[in-house]
Amino acid sequence: MTDVSSTLSEASPPRAKRRRAVLPIIEIAMLAVFLLLPLVLQDYLTVFMTRVLILCLFALSFDLVWGYAGIMSFGQAVFFGGAGYGVALLGRDLGISSMLLVVPAGVLIGFALALLIGGFLLLGRNPSSVIFVSLGTLTASYAFDRLARGWYYLGGQNGIPSIPQMTIGSYDLGEGPVFYYLALVILVAVYAVCRYLVRSQFGLALAGLRENEQRIAFFGYKVQHLKAIIFSLGGAIAGLAGSLYAFHEGFVWPNMLGVVMSTQVVLYVLFGGSGTLIGAVIGTVVIEIVSFWLSNSYQDIWPIILGALMLLVILFRPAGLISLIVSHSERIGSFGRPPKGSDHGSA
Amino acid sequence: MALLEARGMKKVFGKLTALNGAELTVQPNEFHGLIGPNGSGKSTMMKCIAGAEVPTEGRVGFDGADITSASPAERARAGMSLKFQITSVLPALTLYDNVLLALQGQTALSKLMFSRTRGLLHDKVMAMLEQFRLVDRAGEHASALSHGQQQWLEIAMALAPEPKLLLLDEPTGGMSLEERRVTGELLAPIKSRCSLVIVEHDLDFIRDICDRLTVLDQGAVLDTGTVEQIQASPKVQEVYLRRA
Repeated sequence: MTDVSSTLSEASPPRAKRRRAVLPIIEIAMLAVFLLLPLVLQDYLTVFMTRVLILCLFALSFDLVWGYAGIMSFGQAVFFGGAGYGVALLGRDLGISSMLLVVPAGVLIGFALALLIGGFLLLGRNPSSVIFVSLGTLTASYAFDRLARGWYYLGGQNGIPSIPQMTIGSYDLGEGPVFYYLALVILVAVYAVCRYLVRSQFGLALAGLRENEQRIAFFGYKVQHLKAIIFSLGGAIAGLAGSLYAFHEGFVWPNMLGVVMSTQVVLYVLFGGSGTLIGAVIGTVVIEIVSFWLSNSYQDIWPIILGALMLLVILFRPAGLISLIVSHSERIGSFGRPPKGSDHGSA
Repeated sequence: MALLEARGMKKVFGKLTALNGAELTVQPNEFHGLIGPNGSGKSTMMKCIAGAEVPTEGRVGFDGADITSASPAERARAGMSLKFQITSVLPALTLYDNVLLALQGQTALSKLMFSRTRGLLHDKVMAMLEQFRLVDRAGEHASALSHGQQQWLEIAMALAPEPKLLLLDEPTGGMSLEERRVTGELLAPIKSRCSLVIVEHDLDFIRDICDRLTVLDQGAVLDTGTVEQIQASPKVQEVYLRRA
């Protein structure tokens, strides 16, 4: 047998072909564009783009759950809207609007709701089927929507209007460039944490979960726990997005919890490309901007045009827009850490 | 004390009785072959031992504990490892990541989040790939391997966590004669480290590497003993001749 120790000193897992990493370039380019936008946009467009950034955060939560762990959640809006309603009630009933309180509260609400629903759907003795989880989350989204519409305390069909502005100390965070940059900082921070996570060994476990759930159970992975953790984490990020959204818009309404919002986030990620994080951001930005432009230019038929466009992308590019510029292997990435001098590294 | 004891194993799928009182005993560091005609219940027996199927009746004892109702993950953490009949490497991942995935399976999830263990596991990953002659292709995706190499990779993955018992279901299925010979060479050195239960149709291969054999027929044990005893068994010869 070959002397292993001597080989190890030289061996490293080489790549089949060295390819230039495209993902970091796209990430930096998008960050640069986001940083400059308020300097060139009119105020109402800065407000619009702030909303888009918050929705990007929401899309990240879904990409983590579906794109990386393969859990099809059709109820992601429950965590988004649940946190939105939660912080709206804090503002309306208790007069609490400090960012240092309401944002962590939103995260906690999203996390707790996801843990509750995920615990029920994912923590059985045997791994749950995709259909069970999809229908379970869809049902939860519908149920929460109906609950909000029918409960007078939550404002019924009208939701909760006139939420006070979010504050940092004595400074009011109203719509505009300050809120925009706050949303951008939070988006970048969450993106960085998610990126670290999915490139860590935990990310490798997620890749195994997505690729062959049954197989990794035989390696000793507690598959159900892994799913519940990532589902709850996704819920926490959706809750963060929901709390920002509520204060940015100034009101919450039942649609934030419902099936329409849950489907919308699926489309963002599907359109941009799942399992890359940046694909979720691109999908959200493109869909929201195209919707905005189409709704101004073609007021009667814009949903049909948008739907046809999305159908084309999904039919001809099932891996989303990101697959036009990023290779399959780079999207999957690699997790091994080679010795110095090797060209094997994470994407 | 035996490492593995499966007693009174019965498995019923609707009207089909796949196992009907089958038994298996494996000692530490023993290579044990499970043979029999097609449909005799070999793969079902392996699945019931590994936890992929729950036996309708019977009991599985492993390393002194009753694991009959344990999940596959609990069995893996107890020291049992399985290579499926159908190759199930993860084609989208590199060879390196496939082995790393197997190796870190018993690490606490909280530790995986911080990846502190990755550096420690690197040498083990490379050693496994080296042992199975795949180290030069460590950075390639598993989908690029030939069928035989995928089988080797899967054996390497199953061995990576250093199990006490390795279950191999048809490890040479679809391999060329040369690949089968190499597979035998690759498995021989593990005898000092773990026990092996192997299901295989290639009787020459089984004869070369196994200490003892158990022959299944119609879900029950037909005979069990050393290779020589089984070769001389009239009952076994009758079954194989009957099916030939």
